[in-house]
Amino acid sequence: MGKKGRTTLGIVGILLGILWLFPFYLILTNSFKTPKGIFASVLSFPHPSTGDNYVNSFKALNFIGSLTNSLIITVCAVLLIILASSMAAYALQRNHSKLSGGLLMLFISAMLIPFQSVMIPLTANFGAVHFLNMWGLVIMYVGFDCSLSVFLYQGTLSSIPIAMDESAEIEGASRWQIFTKVIFPMLSPITVTVAILNIIAIWNDYLLPSLVLPQAQYTIPLQMFNFFGEYTKQWHLALAGITLSIIPVILFYLFAQKWIIKGVTDGAVK
Amino acid sequence: MKNRSLSFWLFLTPTLVALALVVFIPVLEGLFYSFTNWDGLTFTKMVGFQNYITLFQDKAFLNAFWFTVGFVIVTVIMLNVIGLGLALLVTQKFKGNNFLRTIFFMPNMIGGLILGFIWQFIFTQGFQALGNALHMDWLQNWLTNETTGFWGLVIVTVWQMSGYIMIIYIAYLQNIPNEIIEAAKIDGASAWQRFTKITFPMIAPAFTVCMFLTLSNGFKIYDQNLSLTNGGPYNSTQMLAMDIVNTAYNSGNFALSEAKAIVFFVIVAAISLIQVAYNRKREEDL
Repeated sequence: MGKKGRTTLGIVGILLGILWLFPFYLILTNSFKTPKGIFASVLSFPHPSTGDNYVNSFKALNFIGSLTNSLIITVCAVLLIILASSMAAYALQRNHSKLSGGLLMLFISAMLIPFQSVMIPLTANFGAVHFLNMWGLVIMYVGFDCSLSVFLYQGTLSSIPIAMDESAEIEGASRWQIFTKVIFPMLSPITVTVAILNIIAIWNDYLLPSLVLPQAQYTIPLQMFNFFGEYTKQWHLALAGITLSIIPVILFYLFAQKWIIKGVTDGAVK
Repeated sequence: MKNRSLSFWLFLTPTLVALALVVFIPVLEGLFYSFTNWDGLTFTKMVGFQNYITLFQDKAFLNAFWFTVGFVIVTVIMLNVIGLGLALLVTQKFKGNNFLRTIFFMPNMIGGLILGFIWQFIFTQGFQALGNALHMDWLQNWLTNETTGFWGLVIVTVWQMSGYIMIIYIAYLQNIPNEIIEAAKIDGASAWQRFTKITFPMIAPAFTVCMFLTLSNGFKIYDQNLSLTNGGPYNSTQMLAMDIVNTAYNSGNFALSEAKAIVFFVIVAAISLIQVAYNRKREEDL
């Protein structure tokens, strides 16, 4: 490609980039305006600008509390998913019988079932044993998200030679030791993928937690939904709240971008 | 590990228990309840296929079905065209292509609920201001009728998911050996010929993946629908997932909602399986 072609591509790219970023620009600039300022001009820079919106929405969102809830739920669920699905995939991959093939099919078929088909009986059952709280939610995430994770682990495990297991076995290691000391460390690239995919899905989830969590355990999306309902038409507050709630996600993205892109690709392609 | 060995089953236990509790038992219960007059707590009698007959006469369900089908057709085409376009753009060698990748993928990190709120502001306030400034009437009063609600949902979805689809196409584009492209150049193939005769056939597997993802995601969308239009005005932009949720939690019609959810399951599963089978066959034919 010639120099001219590259310049043209660069310009097209810049224009598309601006188009993609424009929503962020509008949210950010207007979150620093007074209600009058937004009414006067949505597109301009904030003048005069104010930080009050952030102070008010920070309190109204109970930001520290909901951030903590989101963190606890996401971290616990992701750790359990990694543990449960890597164990299951190991058992299935090292067993070459019709049974393991059938079980794998069962896991894959679970991925086809949409959430709405299980939602009502699921919440009724967990409610009956008083588990409609963040710990019940963590168990639900393990159930919903381990199928894909088992599938991903299974693919990587097939490339780890069984000789690894056998030599550890000769040295007297138990099955559990073989798994934790030899096999699991070799799975770390795919573990990162499993973690990334589940972090994104669980952190942003709305419908399931809205049916499960009591108000004291609200995560960021739930708090945001309530907050938005209360402050409808008060865009200056709503926009500051939106900005606050996406800051952790954007920071995570910029920090872990390389792994995120790899994880998302693996998750879709494998 | 042998089938009968204790460790085989111990390793599987956590996953099997969680799957049974969370997916398999509830889906079977739901299937059963869809043949009863269940009210969320108890049921008094079996009603046969009554709920299924009702749902096919239910205007809200049928409307949601056709709205969702239209949405899926438009977004599948747009996402694959734009996603592939962006992938071709950022895999060219020019300054800033990596930075652009970062930007295009960024909306995908944000949850559907918050994305819907962001765009509600842009459609109702931003578009309004742009329309006033540029004297364009079509930019005004967005989300107040079915048409702008529909295109609003399409725009949010395209903005969110194009970067995701782009990433997948990039993965396949990078697998095409450079020598083949260079050889074709030497043989005098034009850029368009190189694209249609080499690039396109070689990324056929990417189509399978992207079609599958965009189709099933399109059918299952709920969060964006809730936060952008909440189904309004007058339920005209209510999609299938939202109709099922509202049938249960707003109208209290739990048995009917279960029947709808089972039909929804059959639709989503059938489309996914047919689509994968078809694309596998087409890849083999190439």
